[in-house]
Amino acid sequence: MNFETLDKDVHIKTGESEVILTSIDELANWARANSIWPMGFGLACCAIEMMATYASNYDLERFGVFPRNSPRHSDLMIISGTVTFKMADRISRLYEQMPDPKYVISMGSCSNCGGPYWEHGYHVVKGVDRVIPVDVYVPGCPPRPEALIGGILKLQEKIKSQKIADLKK
Amino acid sequence: MLSDFGIVLLALIFAALAILLVLGISWLFRPKKPTVEKLMTYESGEDPIGNANIRFNIRFYVIALIFILFDVELVFLFPWATVFGNSNYIQQSNGLWGWFTLAEMFIFILVLALGLAYVWAKGHLEWVKPEIKTPKIKSKIPMNMYENVNKKYSENEF
Repeated sequence: MNFETLDKDVHIKTGESEVILTSIDELANWARANSIWPMGFGLACCAIEMMATYASNYDLERFGVFPRNSPRHSDLMIISGTVTFKMADRISRLYEQMPDPKYVISMGSCSNCGGPYWEHGYHVVKGVDRVIPVDVYVPGCPPRPEALIGGILKLQEKIKSQKIADLKK
Repeated sequence: MLSDFGIVLLALIFAALAILLVLGISWLFRPKKPTVEKLMTYESGEDPIGNANIRFNIRFYVIALIFILFDVELVFLFPWATVFGNSNYIQQSNGLWGWFTLAEMFIFILVLALGLAYVWAKGHLEWVKPEIKTPKIKSKIPMNMYENVNKKYSENEF
């Protein structure tokens, strides 16, 4: 089993041999990658695109992505918008309060690198990766819902390549 | 042979075991990395302040009771509405069904309305406000003395 691609015909298990063998890593990754629960919070205009992605047209729930109200339930934190220094405190605390394993998608130019505030924004963190570790960067200002879905697919790839032994370290 | 209660007991035991099994599996494979901040009370990323058991104004008690009165009324109105317009019953009873159910519902609402009228008449809908008591003292100086002084000096603009 390789995770080079997410094409269905590579991963499909037909049950023809009546016994399905798998490893704990693969099983856990399969479960984790297909039930990514993001924390339900938005920061700025990217949050509007994020909400559009959750809603019926783009329907993130078909990827098992379903926003939660508490960091205790969440696997993923979508940083959707401008991170000000005032918010950075809260973001890092909320990130700390999420249970492991946890992932971060940095959505949009502002959270990637400061965006339009890169030079004169005295109040803006120049990239949320200066505060918390980021797994996937989604470029755009703001990124379209397709781009966010692309980011989530990339994150699924990343989750499917991880090992439980590494996570427990 | 197991009695009926024995089957219930078995179901309880197996339910508990199944839950323990699932919790045990996740305990085996999950990463355990507790930190001070992770174990902190969640309060939307703010510093948690004070106790979660806050005091609540006792004056809301009556309001909550009256709210339940009308809540229950609605709960009963919805199933009533589904059978009220049932054309089968109306045809079978030559139209008597509609009048009967309507009267029943009006009696029900009337009883509740009487309750509300009682509460209103008793003054429970009044929001109790703190009463400001002006101190009364027996003084030999009449109160209009002060009024004269105040009047005299209010005419002078400082």
